[in-house]
Amino acid sequence: MSAEKKNRNPAKPSAVSLKSVAVDQQSGHDDLLNPGTSFNAEWVNDIRINQSAVERRSDSLKARRSPKKNFQAAWLLKAVSCMDLTTLSGDDTPGRVKRLCAKAQHPVRTDLLKAMGAESLNITTGAVCVYHSMVETAVTALAGSGIPVAAVSTGFPACMSPMPLRLQEIEASVEAGAVEIDIVITRHFVLTENWQALYDEVLAYRKACGKAHMKTIISTGQLSTLNNIAKASMVCMMAGADFIKTSTGMEAVNATLPVSLVMVRMIRLYRELTGFKVGFKPAGGIGTAKDAINYLVMIKEELGDEWLNPEMFRFGASSLLADIERQLEHHVSGQYSAHNRHSMA
Amino acid sequence: MNVAEAFKTMSYGTAPESSSNVEAWLKEHKAGFKMFINGEWVAASKSFDTKNPANGKVLGKVSQASAADIDKAVKAARAAQPAWAALSGHQRAKHLYAIARILQKYSRSLAVLETMDNGKPIRESRDIDLPKAIRHFYHHAGWAQLLDTELPNQEAVGVVGQIIPWNFPLLMAAWKIAPALAAGNCVVLKPAEFTSLSALMFAELLEQSGLPAGVVNIVTGDGVAGQALVDHEDVNKIAFTGSTDVGRMIKSRTAGSGKKLTLELGGKSPFIVFDDADLDSAVEGLVDAIWFNQGQVCCAGSRLLVQEGIAETLLAKVKVRMSKLRIGDPLDKSIDMGAIIDERQKKRIEALVKQGVAEGATLWQPENACPSEGCFYPPTLLTDVEASNVVASTEIFGPVLSVLTFRTQKEAIDLANNTRYGLASSVWSENINRALDVAPQIKAGVVWVNSTNQFDAACGFGGYRESGVGREGGIEGLYEYLKPIENLAPEAEVPKPEKAKKTSPLANAEIFVDQTAKFYIGGKQCRPDNGNSLKVIAQSGDVLGSVGDGSRKDIRNAVEAAYKAEGWSKTSAHGRAQILYFIAENLSYRAAEFCQRLISSVGVSADDARQEVDLAIERLFFYAAWADKYDGAVHQPPIRGVTLAMNEAIGVMAIGCPDRSPLLAMISMLAPVIAMGNRAVLIPSERYPLLATDFYQILETSDVPAGVVNIVTGQREGLMKVLAEHQQVDGLWYHGTPLDCKAVEEASVGNLKRTWVNRGLARNWNDKTEGQGKQFLREATQVKNIWIPYGDSV
Repeated sequence: MSAEKKNRNPAKPSAVSLKSVAVDQQSGHDDLLNPGTSFNAEWVNDIRINQSAVERRSDSLKARRSPKKNFQAAWLLKAVSCMDLTTLSGDDTPGRVKRLCAKAQHPVRTDLLKAMGAESLNITTGAVCVYHSMVETAVTALAGSGIPVAAVSTGFPACMSPMPLRLQEIEASVEAGAVEIDIVITRHFVLTENWQALYDEVLAYRKACGKAHMKTIISTGQLSTLNNIAKASMVCMMAGADFIKTSTGMEAVNATLPVSLVMVRMIRLYRELTGFKVGFKPAGGIGTAKDAINYLVMIKEELGDEWLNPEMFRFGASSLLADIERQLEHHVSGQYSAHNRHSMA
Repeated sequence: MNVAEAFKTMSYGTAPESSSNVEAWLKEHKAGFKMFINGEWVAASKSFDTKNPANGKVLGKVSQASAADIDKAVKAARAAQPAWAALSGHQRAKHLYAIARILQKYSRSLAVLETMDNGKPIRESRDIDLPKAIRHFYHHAGWAQLLDTELPNQEAVGVVGQIIPWNFPLLMAAWKIAPALAAGNCVVLKPAEFTSLSALMFAELLEQSGLPAGVVNIVTGDGVAGQALVDHEDVNKIAFTGSTDVGRMIKSRTAGSGKKLTLELGGKSPFIVFDDADLDSAVEGLVDAIWFNQGQVCCAGSRLLVQEGIAETLLAKVKVRMSKLRIGDPLDKSIDMGAIIDERQKKRIEALVKQGVAEGATLWQPENACPSEGCFYPPTLLTDVEASNVVASTEIFGPVLSVLTFRTQKEAIDLANNTRYGLASSVWSENINRALDVAPQIKAGVVWVNSTNQFDAACGFGGYRESGVGREGGIEGLYEYLKPIENLAPEAEVPKPEKAKKTSPLANAEIFVDQTAKFYIGGKQCRPDNGNSLKVIAQSGDVLGSVGDGSRKDIRNAVEAAYKAEGWSKTSAHGRAQILYFIAENLSYRAAEFCQRLISSVGVSADDARQEVDLAIERLFFYAAWADKYDGAVHQPPIRGVTLAMNEAIGVMAIGCPDRSPLLAMISMLAPVIAMGNRAVLIPSERYPLLATDFYQILETSDVPAGVVNIVTGQREGLMKVLAEHQQVDGLWYHGTPLDCKAVEEASVGNLKRTWVNRGLARNWNDKTEGQGKQFLREATQVKNIWIPYGDSV
């Protein structure tokens, strides 16, 4: 809680009290995870990230936990349930999106689920993520499944289109039935440390999203330093992000464990400061079952079990599911599996 | 648990590492383990059980070496050593490379065995102990290769007795054996009695690797066996890692023997967190500092010094993190903390924690942290710890963190140095100015900036103060297994002077006024505290004058003055060089006078006197030249970062000068000591003290700051003993008889001061390889390794 926050520097008292956080809540989105706060520069300026230490922790996390056998299978099913099954390609067609949506509803072969005794879990992916023009197709295809449709927005991936168009894009996708909007930010606000401008931008997105959940993609691969990544994460959360997300999947470097660790720690800090929970979505570059488990371990260790569900955690991935399916078949049969034994996404 | 349930709990389950290969190996040795001596497996008449501390199960019977077994092993090493040293560097390199390779091939079995015998988590033995042990052999294969060309004036020490602890059994064996073998030594290694097995499996691999018989001998047993090794007359060096108490005993037992020593001892290492640190990373640092290997680490960051303003925030984070530590079966891959080595150790931890609480500390431990069975102790946080609390000063060697707070950087440094130890330290700050300012001010052999417990074969590791002597790793560690090629003959006794004549110095026509030589303490001339004087008699029997008969109190005053002259150690090397040049200049002004003093006191010829004075001036130039050139090194460990190996002053050093070449010997010992930034208390030749008392007038005119050089005349051996026992004296050089050297070394064990004695051997001070050189600089410095990881770009 902010009132109890211990300042790094006792000479600088905390500017924001819990009360001021409460009145800052923007609108009555009962189901929003994070109502946001006013812009608090101190929370940004206090951030200190040591890259080498973060990398050591990331490396050691990979080696410190190792779910095996039934636990491994369960963790992989958890990864599937937290997956935003994604297609973001210029040649996407309704047919392609329908196939993806079918896969989202049945991501793992029924016989495998049966063999694992996991049918009752009703495993589906966490969401399907598409461009705006495919939202309607996806919403139709997923009708009745309960699987939300997420749309990337705001001039994804570069965020270089005029602000009014970006806001209109959000509104159009919400109108079309997207209940999750993955927005991109103006990277130069971060690179020039114009935090107020970033806050204002994301706050405007937040308002445009209405009741839809907003995932803010900060494009970590273009932000240069872990300190920038941490600060951008904090600003986005103050502006009301329901999720913070690493990457568009289009940058040269997408999600990595060190970057994710920094963002996850910011989520923890933001919760300590405000009491609000924000979700996390690493995206891009997560291709193997082992990667997925590493991320889940990190979430469990750094944030706790409360975050190990699709409401609080998502993978943005396109090829990950295929590897997990093969691992699950290996778990069931004891034999290594092949790609062609699992349906295409 | 089925998949659906596991999905709901998202718990880890168990992930046991397979121990089947190791179980099979233990079964093969069911009859009992033998010892590896001269390439053969030798049984001892007695044996003892070794247990798995996590479950109490007996793993096997281990031989208890007798003194005869130790003797046999030392003889084997002695016999093998000449041929081993005679191999070319390349040939030795090939052997070390083969050892690295074979360790790699059997690394998993070794890791599992280590975990079973020691109780440490398999993650640590697999990811830390084994890779670092292997790296040590690779790195030192390189040194073997380069030795002939890079260190041509050095030779192997000979036979080395190595005694290692139970906390990193195989890694410590590697740290000991690799540099010893690279340098051409042969070894007798004794693992700790709790953890002999990995060394024995290693010996089997050595056998396979084709290492010549006798080069490495592994004996097993308890402290009695270790003592037999320490006491063995034909051992040239003892390398020991373990407790400070045992280290002190080893120093005492080897005093005067000429056995070279490396001691890696205890610590109470500070972990300093400033308010501009990355706190989440500092918390992980603490996990690696004090909850690594159950805190059974000599360099464990066991004293958290945290800046007041962030203390509450940091400790809240620490508690959350502690609650996430998983304690249990060390073979489980998802375990953070395994078992404590032995019930006795656990009881010691419990007793110290209890005492700490009784002295005011507040205890916090996560709930239900430990399994109910087995020898486990939970991660423990002690807050409200004042500097006077036992848990702030005593090494606990368990997973117990004591927390103290500080206000300012200066206070952090003062608290960090408020210990008898000086092994390691961590400094956490995102301000490079602060971190690099603090690092040199901490009296510890290792400083980790924004990191902790980093080790590498390329970097030196070892302590200041009572944390030990010598270094392991890097070129500084290699020197510990080498000695300069020099052949010093026993010192011939300086002939006794003629019977003192009853003539007064005033009878000498050149002296018109009485000259009273005093002490030189804190930049001032002062009289003896006891008001006594000693006559100074020339070789001819002439009475040349008198000097003060120094006493304990004069030594006390001199050490106090030297201690306070701390600024000298911080003066720039250029500044120190300027002072040394100035001393030389002023000595040259008065060269004739010193010649005359040499002629009248020692009775040397005018030519010899002139040569001695000239050489003394040259020697001052020599060390003035070195003052700003005895650089450290930038080591290259496999991280993104550097390790700075800095040569630092030892501190307050006592110097006991010989009688032969009284001026030149004194300058030859004093100049390197002060050139490297030490402050000296000098006891001149007892026979020819006037050269020293004349010399202080030169010091006075050469801008030498007060207290940097202090001279006390008198009965040298008695004064040296007082200095050796003085806890504020950090190092001691002494030239004297073998018996006196032994006495001085024995007396110095109290604070484990660094000693360098001649054991009655004559150094030819006129000679430019014996009388001066880098050996003097090495003996006048200690190496601090500062680890600086860097990077701020993704």
